Amino acid sequence: MLAGLQGLALTALGGRLYYLTVINGEQYRLRADKNRISMRLIVPERGEFLDRNNMKVAVNQPDFTVFLVPEQAGDITETLRKLARVLKLDQRDLQKVRRQIKRQRKFLPVTVAQGLDWRTFSRVNVEMPDLPGVITSAGLSRYYPFGRHLAHVVGYLARPDEDEVALNRIYRLPGFKVGRQGLERKFEDELRGVAGTRRVEVNAVGREIRELPPRQDAARGQDLQLTIDLRLQEFAIDQLKEEAAGAVVLDMETGELLALASAPTYDPNEFTRGISQENYDGLLNDPRNPLLNKCISGQYPPGSTVKMLVALAALEQGIITPETEFYCNGKHKLGDHTFHCWKKRGHGKLDLLGGIAHSCDVYFYEIAEKLDVDLIAQMVRRFGLGDLFDLGIGGERSGLVPDRRWKRDFQQESWHLGETLNVAIGQGAMLATPLQLAVMTARLASGQKTLPKLVRETGPAEAETFDQLAVNPLHLRTMRRSMEMVMEPNGTAHDLRRRKSAVKQAGKTGTAQVRRITQAQRDAGLLENDEKPWITRDHALFVGYAPAERPRVAVSVLVQHGGGGATKAAPIGRALLDKALELLPAPPRDNGAVQAVAPDKTAVKKGVVDG
Amino acid sequence: MGNTRMFGPRKVEKGLFQRLRSLNWLIIAITMFIAATGTAMLYSVAGGEFEPWASRHIMRFGFALVIMLIIAVTDIRYWMAFAYPAWIAGMILLILVEFVGDVGMGGQRWLDIGFMRIQPSELMKIAVVMALARYYHARTFVQSRRLPALFLPLLLIIVPAALVIRQPDFGTGLTIIAGGIIIMFLAGLPGWLFAAGGVAVAAAVPVVWQTMKDYQKDRVLTFLNPEADPLGAGYQITQSKIALGSGGMTGKGFLEGTQSHLNFLPEMKTDFIFTVLVEEFGLIGALTVLLLYGSVLMYGLLIGIGCRNQFGRLMASGLAMTLFFYILINIGMVMGLMPVVGVPLPLISYGGSAMLTWAIAYGLILSVATHRHVTLAPKGSGLA
Repeated sequence: MLAGLQGLALTALGGRLYYLTVINGEQYRLRADKNRISMRLIVPERGEFLDRNNMKVAVNQPDFTVFLVPEQAGDITETLRKLARVLKLDQRDLQKVRRQIKRQRKFLPVTVAQGLDWRTFSRVNVEMPDLPGVITSAGLSRYYPFGRHLAHVVGYLARPDEDEVALNRIYRLPGFKVGRQGLERKFEDELRGVAGTRRVEVNAVGREIRELPPRQDAARGQDLQLTIDLRLQEFAIDQLKEEAAGAVVLDMETGELLALASAPTYDPNEFTRGISQENYDGLLNDPRNPLLNKCISGQYPPGSTVKMLVALAALEQGIITPETEFYCNGKHKLGDHTFHCWKKRGHGKLDLLGGIAHSCDVYFYEIAEKLDVDLIAQMVRRFGLGDLFDLGIGGERSGLVPDRRWKRDFQQESWHLGETLNVAIGQGAMLATPLQLAVMTARLASGQKTLPKLVRETGPAEAETFDQLAVNPLHLRTMRRSMEMVMEPNGTAHDLRRRKSAVKQAGKTGTAQVRRITQAQRDAGLLENDEKPWITRDHALFVGYAPAERPRVAVSVLVQHGGGGATKAAPIGRALLDKALELLPAPPRDNGAVQAVAPDKTAVKKGVVDG
Repeated sequence: MGNTRMFGPRKVEKGLFQRLRSLNWLIIAITMFIAATGTAMLYSVAGGEFEPWASRHIMRFGFALVIMLIIAVTDIRYWMAFAYPAWIAGMILLILVEFVGDVGMGGQRWLDIGFMRIQPSELMKIAVVMALARYYHARTFVQSRRLPALFLPLLLIIVPAALVIRQPDFGTGLTIIAGGIIIMFLAGLPGWLFAAGGVAVAAAVPVVWQTMKDYQKDRVLTFLNPEADPLGAGYQITQSKIALGSGGMTGKGFLEGTQSHLNFLPEMKTDFIFTVLVEEFGLIGALTVLLLYGSVLMYGLLIGIGCRNQFGRLMASGLAMTLFFYILINIGMVMGLMPVVGVPLPLISYGGSAMLTWAIAYGLILSVATHRHVTLAPKGSGLA
């Protein structure tokens, strides 16, 4: 009977085994695979940034990181003590690590140190047997070899925030960074690439045992080529020094931006590594606003640099001809208000060319009295002011072109003639970005609707065919002549030391008042800019192009609270024009001889003429 | 003890060599094969290494085999005389373990005696069977059915079982009780007694539940519904079932078990070694091992049935059933048919106590076989 019992029990066990292994075997096999097989993402390499000459300006470099898995560390305090000695960590670093250990689950790795140099990293690897739970990893991290020069253009990476983490599973990987500023942010999707996957066998605590085929490799992100010439950009940043300033250099043939420099600048590498609160506060509290890209996000009164546009509007309306003369005695009365010329004692009798060459304010007050502000605004807009060009960097501002409608909609007031007088000399409510001023200059010089760009699509640059500007070419030629005169003897931006043989440039200075000057101040005698507090000093501006006979590059320079445009901005602008021409490849030479004899002053592009 | 034999042995071989030769070597070979299977599984669990478990398993089995053979060729009358003293010695060890035992696996079970650690509760399983067999051997069928005669056997069972359960080791405690009840059944006690006992146990369940430790309660609850907490208490049994099931008909192959080699399985080298075996050798391997165990234990029962004397009859059958419970509980446990009570699989699991228990118990069974024709005095206190 007992034997029967035994047999019965054994049969029951056998039956249960049959049920588990054969009837439900498939199901359990799947569950066993689910246990052991884990999908892991392969991090794609981020696309790199190149300048127009293929210089790498944002690269991925090996990043040596040391992690600690608390679960496997045994005596954590002892392991950390040893690690601190090798890595030269101080108490604050250790405190940070300990906090992180407490915060997360024990089998997840905690970053102890990153961005290590090769020597330190190898020393950790040598001591690994004495450091239980320590993992070292050689990954890639972003590095900007010319960080300070392109910080405002390229931007930087940062840890993804919670919203971003929800977008893509790749952001969940420890240490993965996302474009936070500039082009890095705007082209995040192209640069990021596509994560690959690999199947790995893991044990019960999640440790990787081996890889199981097949593996799907990651697709590298696209590289991005900038139109910027790194050498010119570097030169521009050096020229701007420690001023709060912006400079834009534009290739008129293609609309490509050769330099887009904003100062002071900062080191984006600091952000990618994780900037300290101290340094970040320093940047935030600097009155010169280093984080702002002044070329596209800074809006300033353009001052006298818009005078050509006002003149064009007046010429178009037939209010003046180039020969129209006005007399400047330094003052202009409108009603009971007196408007002043920047030259206290006046310029005397001037025609249009002289009015621009000497930047006479009274000449433009006279025009403005007869010219409706809406007509000025309309002309100004044709040259790109008030426009957005969508360069691909966030934060581009449109500036402000005031007109009657704007006044009505935003100020709930009607327009006063006095305001037209201010607008005519680029003051009042009018605002423009340095980028817009560079575009304006290019359009003046070429007569075409130049559009700027910062990123090259593919292949080498081709001459863009821009639309013709709806402005009388004869009037434009007059303006270009006036801008040449600005650089000639008696012009506001004349350089005495410039050699006669040097490339001829054309341009216009501007000095924009930041504070309204009261009559009392005027009577007390005006202070020179150097004597005023920095924040109340005038903005110095310069726009220009070169060569004067065959315009190729356009430039705009703004020095915030720099003082006079002629003394502060013009020298930088001149230097940038020369440098840009020196760096640009020489134009095609097929018709060079003809061109030299008969300089093409219509500013129609050579390529088009050559057909 | 007298030194004259009242009844001469009829067919007991006199010499040691003859006695050894008379043993059923096929059964011993099967036992060795089972132990070899255990060695192979421990080799696999160690990731394809003999160290640290497989090698020691072989050594222990060698030692156990010698003990088994020595016991097998020792005269059964020594063992009958040793029955009560064994029980008393076991009790002393159990009480000792209360005070000086090592704590392991959530209870006090181990007694360190210098060169090895023993589990008195394991030895007690055998001692209880021996003592009861001895008790009923001295009584006629009619005598044993009297109610007062129920008192001592129950005492012999319940006192050690209670001590073991207190350790707490519920599984071993139940095995002791089950082994005792089997002897009482074989001794011919009336069926209604067992029925009444069953009712009493059912009534006692709530009381026992009260005295159980939390981890024991967890085990029972987990057994009833392992999926309720798949990462906590139910983790062991869930992972074990996955490992068993994924083995399929033929298994994943030797050293190829993923659940075991990637550490998803708990307690692989002891309680859950059968799971490792099924994962790697499948249903076929599992049934083979079950068949081998079955044949060895069936042989033990047959020895009991064929024995002329009551002591040998009861002891062989009782021990065969005790060993059988071992296997039933362990395999039932890993398949989710029983709560996880921490009972190893003898000869295969890593660990000395279960191996030693098997060796002593089966040695006694073989001793019964050797002396199956010996007639023992009813009151035979010793070698008569």
